[in-house]
Amino acid sequence: MNELWFAVILFFSSMGAGLLGALSGLGGGVVIVPLLTIAFHVDIHYAIGASLVSVIATSSGAAAAYVREGFSNIRVGMFLEIATTLGALVGAWLTTKVPTQAIGVVFGLVLLYSAYASLKQKHAEMTEKPDPLAMRLRLKGDVPAEDGLHHYVAQRVPVGFGLMWMAGALSGLLGIGSGAVKVIAMDQAMRLPFKVSTTTSNFMIGVTAAASAGLYWRSGYMAPSLVMPVMLGVLAGSLIGSRLLVKAEVRTLKMVFALVIVALGIEMIVHSATGMGG
Amino acid sequence: MTWNDKRIETWVGVMLRTGVMLAAAVVLAGGVLYLVQNRGPRPDYEHFHGEPAHLMSLSGIEHGVATGDARSIIMLGLLLLIATPVARVVMCVVGFLFERDKLYVAVSSLVLVILLYSLFFHR
Repeated sequence: MNELWFAVILFFSSMGAGLLGALSGLGGGVVIVPLLTIAFHVDIHYAIGASLVSVIATSSGAAAAYVREGFSNIRVGMFLEIATTLGALVGAWLTTKVPTQAIGVVFGLVLLYSAYASLKQKHAEMTEKPDPLAMRLRLKGDVPAEDGLHHYVAQRVPVGFGLMWMAGALSGLLGIGSGAVKVIAMDQAMRLPFKVSTTTSNFMIGVTAAASAGLYWRSGYMAPSLVMPVMLGVLAGSLIGSRLLVKAEVRTLKMVFALVIVALGIEMIVHSATGMGG
Repeated sequence: MTWNDKRIETWVGVMLRTGVMLAAAVVLAGGVLYLVQNRGPRPDYEHFHGEPAHLMSLSGIEHGVATGDARSIIMLGLLLLIATPVARVVMCVVGFLFERDKLYVAVSSLVLVILLYSLFFHR
C-alpha cells in the first residue's frame, strides 16, 4: 500500500468511527486504537498518540454546540479537572513503563465496560441530603425541565473526585477520552442530572487529554503522517454526526456500536494475551 | 448557573471551535504537502521507534516550518490543537477573575499549572 492510499483509507475509516461515535454518544476515540492496531497493524504507542489527538479535536469541536444547549456546569467541570489531569499525568507516565501487551489487555477490558455502561444508562434518583462539601465548592446549578428549572446539588463529592482520577489515568494510559467513566462519576456517584453529566464530560475530555498530550509528544507517540488522516477523519465524522438528528435510530445504533465494541474488546484481549498483536 | 457563567462558556465554545478549525487547516495543509512529497510505500508504524528529535521540540518544529518541512507543519497544527483546551482553562481563570470568584480562580489556576507542567516538564 502506498502512502497516499494508506492516508485515504485511514481518513475514511476514521470518519466512520467519528460518525458512529457522535451518533451513539460513545465518542469515536474508543474505536480508533483497536482500528489502528487490529486492522492496520499499527504499534499501540502510535495508535494511542493518534487517538488522543482525535479525542481533543472532537471534544473541542463539539463544545460550541454543547454550550448552546446550556446544560454543562463550568464549576463542576473545572473542579473535577484537578482530578482528571492529575490522573492523566500518572496514566501517560505508565504508558512509557508498562509492557505493550498489558496496555492491550486493559484496553480490551475498558472497551467491554464502555459497551456495558452505554447500554445500561440507568439514572439514580436524588435521595440523599446535599453534600456540605458540594455547598462549599458551589457544585450546584439549575437544569431546564418540562416544568421549569430543576435545582441540583452534587452529592458524594470525594467518590466522584476519586472516580475522576481513575478516568484521567485511563485516558492517559490508553489515549481515550474516558467519557464513559466520567459520566459514571457525575451521574451515578455525584447524582448530577444526566444531561449535565454528559455535556460537562465532553468539556472535560479535551482538558484531560491535553494533560497527557505533552508526554506523548515528547515520547514520540505522535507520528505526524499517521495522525493527520486520523485526526481529520474523526473530526469530519463527528461534525457530520452531530448535525444528523436521527433520534429514533439512536437505540438501535447504540446496540450495534456496543456489539462492535465488544467484538473489538475481545479481539484486543485475545491478541494481547497471546502476545501476537497489541 | 448565573448569567456570567453562561457568558464565559459562550466565549469558550467559540474559541474552542475556532482553535480546532485553525489546527485542522494547518494539519490539512501540511498533510497535502506531505502526500505530494512522499509517494513511497507506507512508513513502518508496526514497530515503535519514536519520532525524529526535531519533531519533539518547539525550536525544532519552528525551524522545520520555516524551511517548509511537511511533517513539522503537521506537528504545528497538532500543537495548536493541544493548545486549545489549555486556552480554555486560561479563559476560565480570566472569567472567574471578572466574577471575583476567588475560590474558582484558584481552582482553575491549579488546573492550568498541572497542564503547563505536563506539557513542558513531565517525564
